[in-house]
Amino acid sequence: MTTYQEFIQQNEDRDGVRCSWNLWPSSRLEATRLVVPVSCLFTPLKERPDLPPVHYEPVLCSRANCKAVLNPLCQVDFRAKIWACNFCFQRNPFPPSYAGISEVNQPAELMPQFSTIEYIVQRGPPTPLIFLYVVDTCLEEEDLQALRESLQMSLSLLPPNALVGLITFGRMIQVHELSCEGIAKSYVFRGTKELTPKQIQWDNVKRFVACLQEMLGLMKPGVSGPHGQPLAPHDAAASCRFLQPVQKVDMNLTDLLGELQRDPWPVPQGKRPLRSTGIALSIAVGLLEGTFPNTGARVMLFTGGPPTQGPGMVVGDELKTPIRSWHDIQKDNARHLKKATKYYEALANRAAVNGHSIDIYACALDQTGLLEMKCLSNLTGGHIVMGDSFNTSLFKQTFQRVFSKDYNGEFRMAFGGILEIKTSRELKVSGAIGPCVSLNSKGSCVSENELGVGGTCQWKICSLSPSTTLALYFEVVNQHNAPIPQGGRGAIQFVTQYQHSNMQKRIRVTTIARNWADAQSQIQHIEASFDQEAAAVLMARLGVFRAESEEGPDVLRWLDRQLIRLCQKFGQFNKDDPSSFRLSESLSLYPQFMFHLRRSPFLQVFNNSPDESSYYRHHFVCQDLTQSLIMIQPILYSYSFYGPPEPVLLDSSSILPDRILLMDTFFQLVIYHGETISQWRKARYQDMAEYENFKQLLQAPLDDAQEILQTRFPMPRYIDTEHGGSQARFLLSKVNPSQTHNNLYAWGQESGAPILTDDVSLQVFMDHLKKLAVSSSA
Amino acid sequence: MSQQGYVATPPYSQAQPGMGGYPTGFGAPPPQSHYGHYGAPAQPFAPQAAGMLKTAASGPSGMPPSPVSVQHGSSIQQNGAHPQKYPPLPADSAPAMSPYGQPPQRPYHSMPQATPPTQQITNQMSAMNIGGYAPNPIQSPQSPTSSAAPQPFQMSPPTPMGHAALSPQGPQLPPLSACPPMAASPPVGVPPMVMPNCQPGSPLMGGGGFQPQAGPQGFPQQPGSYGGQVPGSQMAGPPAGAFPGAFPGGAAQMAGPPQKKLDPDSIPSTTQVIEDDQVKRGGQLYTTNLRGQVPPFVTTSFSVQDQGNASPRFMRCTTYSFPCTSDLAKQCQVPLATIIKPLASVPKNETPLYIVNHGEAGPIRCNRCKAYMCPFMLFIDGGRRYQCGFCNCVNEVPVQYFQHLDHMGRRLDMYERPELSLGSYEFTATLDYCKNNKPPNPPAYIFMIDVSYNNIKSGLVKLICDELKTLLDQLPKEEGAEGSAIKVGFVTYNKILHFYNVKSALAQPQMMVVSDVAEMFVPLLDGFLVNFEESRAVINNLLEQIPDMFSDTNESETVFAPVIQAGVEALKAAECSGKLFIFHSSLPMAEAPGKLKNRDDRKLVNTEKEKTLFQAQRGIYEQLTKECVNQGCCVDLFLFPNQYVDLATMADVPAHTGGSVYKYSNFQVQVDGQHFLSDLRQDVKKSIGFDAMMRVRTSTGFRATDFYGAIYMNNTTDVEMAAVDCEKAVTVEFKHDDTLSEDVGALIQCALLYTSISGQRRLRVHNLSLACSSQLSDLYKSCETDALINFFAKSAYHAMLAQPVKVVREILVKQTAHMLACYRKNCASPSAASQLILPDAMKVFPVYMNSLLKTPALVGSAELSTDDRAFHRLSVMAMGVEESQVLFYPRLIPVHSMDVASEAVPSAVRCSEERLSDTGAFLLENGQCIFLWLGQACPPDIIQNFFNVPSLAHLGTDMSSLPELDNGHSKKLHSIICAISQQRSSSTKMVIVKQKDRSEMLFRQHLVEDKGLYGGASYMDFLCYVHREIRQLLT
Repeated sequence: MTTYQEFIQQNEDRDGVRCSWNLWPSSRLEATRLVVPVSCLFTPLKERPDLPPVHYEPVLCSRANCKAVLNPLCQVDFRAKIWACNFCFQRNPFPPSYAGISEVNQPAELMPQFSTIEYIVQRGPPTPLIFLYVVDTCLEEEDLQALRESLQMSLSLLPPNALVGLITFGRMIQVHELSCEGIAKSYVFRGTKELTPKQIQWDNVKRFVACLQEMLGLMKPGVSGPHGQPLAPHDAAASCRFLQPVQKVDMNLTDLLGELQRDPWPVPQGKRPLRSTGIALSIAVGLLEGTFPNTGARVMLFTGGPPTQGPGMVVGDELKTPIRSWHDIQKDNARHLKKATKYYEALANRAAVNGHSIDIYACALDQTGLLEMKCLSNLTGGHIVMGDSFNTSLFKQTFQRVFSKDYNGEFRMAFGGILEIKTSRELKVSGAIGPCVSLNSKGSCVSENELGVGGTCQWKICSLSPSTTLALYFEVVNQHNAPIPQGGRGAIQFVTQYQHSNMQKRIRVTTIARNWADAQSQIQHIEASFDQEAAAVLMARLGVFRAESEEGPDVLRWLDRQLIRLCQKFGQFNKDDPSSFRLSESLSLYPQFMFHLRRSPFLQVFNNSPDESSYYRHHFVCQDLTQSLIMIQPILYSYSFYGPPEPVLLDSSSILPDRILLMDTFFQLVIYHGETISQWRKARYQDMAEYENFKQLLQAPLDDAQEILQTRFPMPRYIDTEHGGSQARFLLSKVNPSQTHNNLYAWGQESGAPILTDDVSLQVFMDHLKKLAVSSSA
Repeated sequence: MSQQGYVATPPYSQAQPGMGGYPTGFGAPPPQSHYGHYGAPAQPFAPQAAGMLKTAASGPSGMPPSPVSVQHGSSIQQNGAHPQKYPPLPADSAPAMSPYGQPPQRPYHSMPQATPPTQQITNQMSAMNIGGYAPNPIQSPQSPTSSAAPQPFQMSPPTPMGHAALSPQGPQLPPLSACPPMAASPPVGVPPMVMPNCQPGSPLMGGGGFQPQAGPQGFPQQPGSYGGQVPGSQMAGPPAGAFPGAFPGGAAQMAGPPQKKLDPDSIPSTTQVIEDDQVKRGGQLYTTNLRGQVPPFVTTSFSVQDQGNASPRFMRCTTYSFPCTSDLAKQCQVPLATIIKPLASVPKNETPLYIVNHGEAGPIRCNRCKAYMCPFMLFIDGGRRYQCGFCNCVNEVPVQYFQHLDHMGRRLDMYERPELSLGSYEFTATLDYCKNNKPPNPPAYIFMIDVSYNNIKSGLVKLICDELKTLLDQLPKEEGAEGSAIKVGFVTYNKILHFYNVKSALAQPQMMVVSDVAEMFVPLLDGFLVNFEESRAVINNLLEQIPDMFSDTNESETVFAPVIQAGVEALKAAECSGKLFIFHSSLPMAEAPGKLKNRDDRKLVNTEKEKTLFQAQRGIYEQLTKECVNQGCCVDLFLFPNQYVDLATMADVPAHTGGSVYKYSNFQVQVDGQHFLSDLRQDVKKSIGFDAMMRVRTSTGFRATDFYGAIYMNNTTDVEMAAVDCEKAVTVEFKHDDTLSEDVGALIQCALLYTSISGQRRLRVHNLSLACSSQLSDLYKSCETDALINFFAKSAYHAMLAQPVKVVREILVKQTAHMLACYRKNCASPSAASQLILPDAMKVFPVYMNSLLKTPALVGSAELSTDDRAFHRLSVMAMGVEESQVLFYPRLIPVHSMDVASEAVPSAVRCSEERLSDTGAFLLENGQCIFLWLGQACPPDIIQNFFNVPSLAHLGTDMSSLPELDNGHSKKLHSIICAISQQRSSSTKMVIVKQKDRSEMLFRQHLVEDKGLYGGASYMDFLCYVHREIRQLLT
């Protein structure tokens, strides 16, 4: 019997699924008592080098409202050539192509090791990928130059047949026509054109789109419908002069990018440059919407500052009014916040409907309005990259990595994903949290209780990467008085249709099953099947999802209550005796995750700008479990002469003078040299031949850091600091403040470094937790 | 001023030699006195106090009885007394002038000779006498003055000579000139009527009278141009009854027997008057040192020496002697106005304007009225203070400006400082005179080309682009500057706009399309407006590509207001002033602000609502005008319409921003291409000032009240002009506030603040001093018909926006009659009511007025296109006197009989069909077109010489140019045409018309003495009508 650890690992490797519980309680009541919902993290396009896609259509259940895909869990009558759907129990004949099927000649999808299988299907003409650059020109020359180079470089990374377009903006928006010979043409729009106040109404949006298309000359006169129906893609392709194959316009575009000038309009003293990001994006979205709906496309926004005019404006152009802070937002002082957010949300939804994703590359020292714009990426599966300048390796390498290729030499991006979930009768799906939008597909397996984006069994994920991970929440709907037969299994099927970067249409089907367990009799088994890492991430996603709409303290209180309830449920203790409290191994780390989660920037806004919070949250809700865990509880490695590098507690006690620490918070990579080490380094011992070992010690964390830097997307901020260095704050703010200026007993002790904070330490947190868990009144 | 004046008051004449201007300016105006007796019969003797001589001359005229003898007497006496007053006249002038006799000779020969013809006429018509120019004395003294004034002292010696020469000639004159035709008619003596005309100076009356019947006959046939209530019967009836001698109305006007027919030669002839003035004053140096002197006609070639008053090229007044009181002004109804062409070009032989720099302190100005330092400022108190000539305020002289006075009370540096000695000069303006206290940037020219289907198809776009490549090398530049500072920019448009980035650094021009026409904006800043020199390669590249880029367009809708908006925004962004050249084809019907619809409803013609046809659509265009003016953005519109384009609205912005409108209906490159190109060239090259503000200040007692021109007025005093070029004139009307003093006269200072083509802020100041008189006769004497008609045209064209056209016409006729009646009543010597007496200076006024009434704008005919009417109306609004004169009385030059050997342009003949002959060829020019009219029976050799084809039949119908052939006739013809076009500020279109051809209609419209094609009286009929009106007024 394998341990749960192994089981979980194996399942994750094969299916990209991590469930909070690996045994499912068999009734609704019991499920709710488990506190952590039945849920899973699902990575739809988890890289499976060992999984060759099959070149045929999946076999679907013939029941109209089921349409589940044939999978290893189905019962098959090889003689009758009939299979029974494991979700609806419909008996289906195999299609003619399966005539040769037998027990020894099974198609791949029936084999247990192919619980995840990928089909390549023929659906319509292949459409090229589209990359639409939306470039801010209100940049410093140095920044613009770096950006120009990055963009020019990126042209060589694009697939040659990909369509590429360029929109530049500043005070005005220019849509560049790429095909023309001779004169370089562009269409110019002003950035202040306000839509009607009812702009959110769909009709008006359509009208705007129609208007825009007419302005761009995309509509053939007489062809347009009353609301400007988009042209059929091939028509559009012919008439669209703004999106052209890279191979055709490579030179032209390189020149165009090379001639890209800073926004020429003078910026008076005390003003911000006028930046029409809102309209630029709406034009980009409208352009794609009109020409290539439902085609894989990335709108890539490169901006060097906040939108300062027109719809979607985040801050006025007066420098004396600073951009909103959390303080302003709490005081309801952020003038443009609501309007801008609403504007970008509408825009994001339009893009999502058409399957286009929007990336935001924001490089500026100050905030750039990510808070308002985040939904553009959050809803469309786009990237958000935040840096200080386009002239940093952080941006340059991150951007390069967008176009990185996998083991097959194909881009690690997929488009237009639609995830559909089918469940056994006892389960219903409550919702999803991740870079997706609901497709509002009501089916029999849709729960009425929403968690995250619910009310549907289909979600659109406009852009997917191999690490894109959704949190999916389920509800056990089986009533307590309708017991499931022993050995019964609940099953979930994930059907992900998407456009592969090589233009193929693919369907990946993952079918998982877990045993049902009676919570009353088998609670220990259920406890043992608890995947605390997955649970922590799943709960964290719920928390972050709530934090978007609720006040911070409320979310924390909710998280605390869940934790206390979980401890009450599974902890072993004597009533009112905190010291007797024990948690089993499968839950032992969970409180610690919660402790760090409470302190994380995903839930704490102190010390973070609204933009940073949005940035952190964005990445938190789309990364896979490992990365998410690093975000919740950063990893700390210690390097010393006393032994090989070792992970150490994320605790102030780990900060010792003779250690080098490497902390990975996902977003930052901090190398911290302890006091002694740093003195040695200053004395340049590493340059002396006799201290070669010291040199090696110094080098070790650098090498490890390099390894992380190589693979991480987005590139983390790399920080090399030392004891007393100002940048050491990145480390100090993360570690558990077990020693502070308050607990005096620690003073003078050699171990660790006191942190000047009033935050509670893990110890205090745990003490309280125990007290509350065991309290009879709680 | 007459010489009598000098004689009577020697001190002044002494002052003259020193420098003309000064003494006159401040001196008491004695001259008035001797005019007085004509003007005011009531006090005939009051002025006589001045001296015996004058009394003798003038007194009698005021006295009713025994005119004949007295007049004779007076004339003799006058002659005797002041023989030297009459300047010598060139011998050849005499014959030409005879009908209206020039002052000098008259006394001798006109008496005996002129009388009989006049009598004959009077008899013949037996009802009414025209042409009795009562104030002959006026003319006589005056004309000598003007010619003599420049060199008062040199005059005396030649005078006797002149006399001697003239006397013998005298007798021959009548037969030579006007008399012969008259002689044909049976003489009927009506001596009393004639005699008054024959007063000493009266020669002019030669015009002679004619019978009123002629008028009435013609009148009923006029299609009601004078309004319905003037029924033919009334015309024909009462006069016929009143004058027994009237011939029966039944006879056809033209067909009638010669005796009964009024001889057209007998009525005042404009060509004659023009020629007389040319003879008398042509080629002379006109020195502006005297107050209130009347300059030569605009048609006369003369040069000007500025000696304290602005050249008539800059300012020309309707009268140079203002009435002293508003009552008098009201009584005579002669408009007091001046036509200011502030940037008029100065001929090469005249000194260009001096530029005065007063340093950082800026120009010196009166503290109270802000008038600029000028010759009218009187320095007192040893030069420490000066009294403003306009408001009389006494100001301290700034320390740095102090200068001692000489014994005459003049500053010692008077002749070193243009602002103290000249009528016109410029100041360099300081930052206080600049927008936002920032020195202006050099202006920009933006070429905005409509590239819709029509313009592409017609080949216009290519034509423009090709032309611009060379034309841009000739942008106007500051005198002496290396290259032009003007920047250029390019826009093309149909229903969207395309801007071009032509920065010199670019290898290729870049096109930026703006399709958001609802809220126009300029998509680029850097690279849109560039120096042509620097960006030549890119611009030529662009101009090369534009025609191709749109060659397959099928977009026929256009926008218009957004185009102007774009231009203004571009200038705003570049913080400069400038000019938009818009080449537009069609009614802007595309969905955009300023969208226009066809509102051409000819049913409105001759109704109360006719005025709406000429009113611009309100709204966006009004707003644009304001923006343009604020930014100093002038709009020049080149229209190439194939149908109605609502010109009234489209031209609204140009008409208020100092712009010009050109219209080429049904444009064809082969036919109209050259004309358009020469218009474009002139328009681009002409000198111009931007962002201008004009202020007209006057001395106390009167003020400027109304302004007409391509201007914008935000308040009642500041004339704002986005730009003003060398052709734009502003007509300013003055009204009395108070009484004017004869001593001080009326002073006018026009100050124009503008940005020069190199981007310098300048102040141009024109000063003019006019005489004032309490005698109406002085006023009539110094009237300027050409200026008057300019004023009337502009005020009528202005009024027609507010009143029905019919009413405007009536008012014009009424005022004409009133002015003449007032003269008759107050200034002319008594005569029979039937006699039409015109003031000498206004004797051709009726023909101009009649011509004005027949212009497309005023004629009220549904046959004329509304756009053409609006176009005509607008084109007149900014005209100077020169242009309006020739427009209202075109020149008709016979070219079939020209003397190939001579250099001179053959003399013009009267603008009437009667002057044409089947066997002749004529040129007609009105400043806008040159017609070459070829008679049906035109001898083949002429045709051969002109066109190199054997006969008229071989000529194509749509010829627009004359071949240049190597023969005397052709060369001569070309030299004439060349001479004509050089005189004109705008280019003229060449049209070749064959008699009886379809195109002859167009030509005939310009024969202004004839009955109008679309209604309107013939000259003669009009005179009759006016005469009747006058008589009604007098009774």
